[in-house]
Amino acid sequence: MFRQAKWNEPLILEYPDKGFTGLSLDSYSDSTARAVGEIRIPKGVLRDTPPNIPGLPEVEVVRHYTRLSQMSYGVDNGPVPLGSCTMKYNPRIAWWVAFDERIANLHPLQDERTVQGLLEILFELQKWLANITGMDVCTLHPAAGAHGELAGVLTIRRYHEMKGRADLKREIIVPDSAHGTNPASASMAGFVTVTVPTGEDGNIDLEALRAVVGERTAGLMITNPSTLGLFEERIGDIVKLVHEYDALLYYDGANLNGILGYARPGDMGFDIAHLNLHKTFSSPHGGGGPGAGPVCVKDRVVDEDKNIRLSDLLPGYLVVYDEEKGIYRLRHPGPHSVGLIKSFFGNVVPLVWAYVYIASLGPQGLRRVSEHAVLATNYFVKLVEGVRGFEVPYGKGRFRKNEVVLSAKPLAEETGVTAMDVAKGLLDAGFYAPTVYFPLIVKEALQVEFTESEAIENIERYAERLKEISRVAYENPDEAKKWPINTSVKLIDYVKGDHPKTLAPTWRVYVRKQRGELS
Amino acid sequence: MNGMTPDYTQPWISTLNGKDVEKMLKTIGVKSVEELFADIPETYRMKLEDWLRLDIGFGRPLSEVELKRLMDEKLGKNTALRTPPFMGGGVYPHYVPPVVKYIISRGEFLTAYTPYQAEISQGLMQAIFEYQSLMAELLEMDVVNASMYDWGSALAEAVLMVSRVNKGRSKFLIPKNVNPFHKRVVEAYTRPHGIKLVEVEYDRATGEVDLEDVKNKLDGETAGVYVQYPNFFGVIESGVKEVFELAHERGALAVAGVYPVALGLLKPPGELGADIAVGEGQSLGLGMNYGGPHLGIFAVRYDMRLIRQMPGRLIGLTTTKDGSERAFSMVLQTREQHIRREKATSNICTNEALMAIAAAVFMSLLGGKGLRRLAEINYYNAHYAQMKLSEIGLNTRVFKSDFFNEFPISFNGVGVRYKEVHEGLLAKRIHGGLYIGDYYPELGETALFAFTEVHSKDDIDLLAGTLSELLRRGKGVP
Repeated sequence: MFRQAKWNEPLILEYPDKGFTGLSLDSYSDSTARAVGEIRIPKGVLRDTPPNIPGLPEVEVVRHYTRLSQMSYGVDNGPVPLGSCTMKYNPRIAWWVAFDERIANLHPLQDERTVQGLLEILFELQKWLANITGMDVCTLHPAAGAHGELAGVLTIRRYHEMKGRADLKREIIVPDSAHGTNPASASMAGFVTVTVPTGEDGNIDLEALRAVVGERTAGLMITNPSTLGLFEERIGDIVKLVHEYDALLYYDGANLNGILGYARPGDMGFDIAHLNLHKTFSSPHGGGGPGAGPVCVKDRVVDEDKNIRLSDLLPGYLVVYDEEKGIYRLRHPGPHSVGLIKSFFGNVVPLVWAYVYIASLGPQGLRRVSEHAVLATNYFVKLVEGVRGFEVPYGKGRFRKNEVVLSAKPLAEETGVTAMDVAKGLLDAGFYAPTVYFPLIVKEALQVEFTESEAIENIERYAERLKEISRVAYENPDEAKKWPINTSVKLIDYVKGDHPKTLAPTWRVYVRKQRGELS
Repeated sequence: MNGMTPDYTQPWISTLNGKDVEKMLKTIGVKSVEELFADIPETYRMKLEDWLRLDIGFGRPLSEVELKRLMDEKLGKNTALRTPPFMGGGVYPHYVPPVVKYIISRGEFLTAYTPYQAEISQGLMQAIFEYQSLMAELLEMDVVNASMYDWGSALAEAVLMVSRVNKGRSKFLIPKNVNPFHKRVVEAYTRPHGIKLVEVEYDRATGEVDLEDVKNKLDGETAGVYVQYPNFFGVIESGVKEVFELAHERGALAVAGVYPVALGLLKPPGELGADIAVGEGQSLGLGMNYGGPHLGIFAVRYDMRLIRQMPGRLIGLTTTKDGSERAFSMVLQTREQHIRREKATSNICTNEALMAIAAAVFMSLLGGKGLRRLAEINYYNAHYAQMKLSEIGLNTRVFKSDFFNEFPISFNGVGVRYKEVHEGLLAKRIHGGLYIGDYYPELGETALFAFTEVHSKDDIDLLAGTLSELLRRGKGVP
């Protein structure tokens, strides 16, 4: 029996101002304040009143956020089988190291000689990630998967610029099963997105691809295994076809967990790949971030005469080892590079987290990760195959990798109970829901990814709950429409949240609307 | 036997024992786990022995005890400085309260995903909503998103947004005295979109944006204008409001860049007329982390024309369907990539949510008065340092306008180059400021020094004493 905690917790801004500050700050400064005297900031820019935030004792602040945390749900609470998100366990030894003050207190512009320990870690991580992906050079600069994609497509753009045909190379091809970030990233780099369909077998429709690939093609972005959890069997043909037009192949690493140690994007012929360290390499998602999205490239020649290689175009810093001086250094982005896509190095805390994960597992453990994950997926498929109302579309009879997509289309048609209702029914039993309504090519989609972290009993319980949901849907669909009832609040009104009249993205807006200052 | 990679027991991936594996394989109808990978064409399928030969990790699994020791050894190679570095330039050494670190380490926040399922994620959503709301109070701006990666990328997205709102206008004015790292990010993001970045001069006497130059360069082609305050030199811009009024007169949007700690003392961007505000939340309890994770602040005025073009996630206030109680949901998702795909306002998905919660805890802990006090302490410490360092004969008033917590120090004509000064400080395990002569050749041998609440009076006196000694040596005085 699951019941989520529930506190009637007001907003911190609704707490009465007690005039406190929950942090003692003054010990250092009295003497400097006395020496300086008055603050001389011009009146025109001096703030009249302190920010309108209540002053509370420390204990109240701790209680407030502790209560809020109790109304949240993460991997530490139970299975979070969100497809394409790879919600695995986040080992605490890595937390201990990554949150170390000897990292937290480092300024990004500090003299390289004072951060040798960290640079050594980052240098090794670059090398390991290159070997894991079968690529040559990795930059740790991007802060998330989509940020890595941006780094990648900007690099593709730069590549064609250097070859003097940026005006011609205007198109990026993505399959219709792609993550929304792929086309969005392509747009951010000024490309036009061309979509290719997926065939019944779950592979990209090769004929359709042949029809769109051409002189205008700048690159192709693929997730492999795809968001259907299926390995792209004709990847060799695709790579050859795209390379014929000197377009670059981009590997979206969101699903690497399904082939880790079994196949590498570099061996498949990809030119650029990003990894999600917050997925495959166990750094926690933090309720939405931070992530880390390193980008690795095959160091192909871009300009032979000037000795320019693809890695010279990458944004951000590379950690290099200076043999002569025996120290690690930062190589700053050079004149051919995309430049910087964030102000400083990269998201170091998730990077160090991933380092600890890889060091702890070793190559043996990393290969075991995908074995467990793939085993979990296919076991789950067997458990839910034949459950009334659900089907497994695309690639009939094929084994899935890191994830599987179920369709609740029959259920929705026959009972009116939708994929979203199914999701709420799972919440009600104390599980997190799968990713719903994605990929877009599957109607009433439920995308399930257990990762290597779930014990067999959890997978079985999850399947049992789906069966139970199916039973309720056919026997008493009205009951299913009431879910969830065991979470801290019942079904939420999304329309109200979105309506321009009631839209309140901050407390300030809410209060101003109440006062009639905003409409 | 079952095809699993042998010789391995590691607690994070030992959720399945031999019996479980047998049962699962049997149910699936295969003999070996390797069969599940058989659809990977053989040319690309990695053999176990080839995989194990690769240089990945330390070639074998490390135990937790080994690992902790190894990491301690590695981190021990970082230099233990005697004081926090006297360095800013957009990232500052600030105190990280244990309360903040504790709250963001709670598993329910730390290990959660983006709250796609709202009913089971209300606490997380309230915490992010509170970040948005607290930041809105600090900025006096109405709408704040759930975070961008950092200041530079937030600014870059602001420039892209401005060009969407002011379609058809191709110019964006960006003063020379803003953070050069942020500017590079803007360049990378805007280059594919043909946005013309026009540089605005700064007044060499005051260090502030040159108002005349703004007037000259603002025209009907200008989509937006950016002002950072305090600017990269640490100087408090006194004419932000005037610049923004000029921008509005020409139909351009006003973008403010802020350092949240400074806003304890400085007028908020909302009051100065900003349409968009961006900034770096790192100073609000995050640590410097050698460059990340940080927290990109992104805020706009309440205007649906602006809100609909905002990048990033937004948590909003709503109720349960039966209307009986308050609830939180993700709002205006139709701007975002998972729905709008190539027409989305940005490609951002994973953001810095946990850092936003950290900033929320920090602001809650300090309260409005605490934030004011924190700003004052920063101001006092930096001004004390300025007095001390000018007493030893350094030119600490490169610009005559008042500054917040950092200022450039000129080493022109003192007989030593800044590089030597830096080496001299480092030899005493003191980390000096950021050399900015490369970005501003007109300033010559100049370095930007920052002072915050983590620098004690003794730290500052130590810096002054050491610098004084180095200068004497530079002049040949023993």
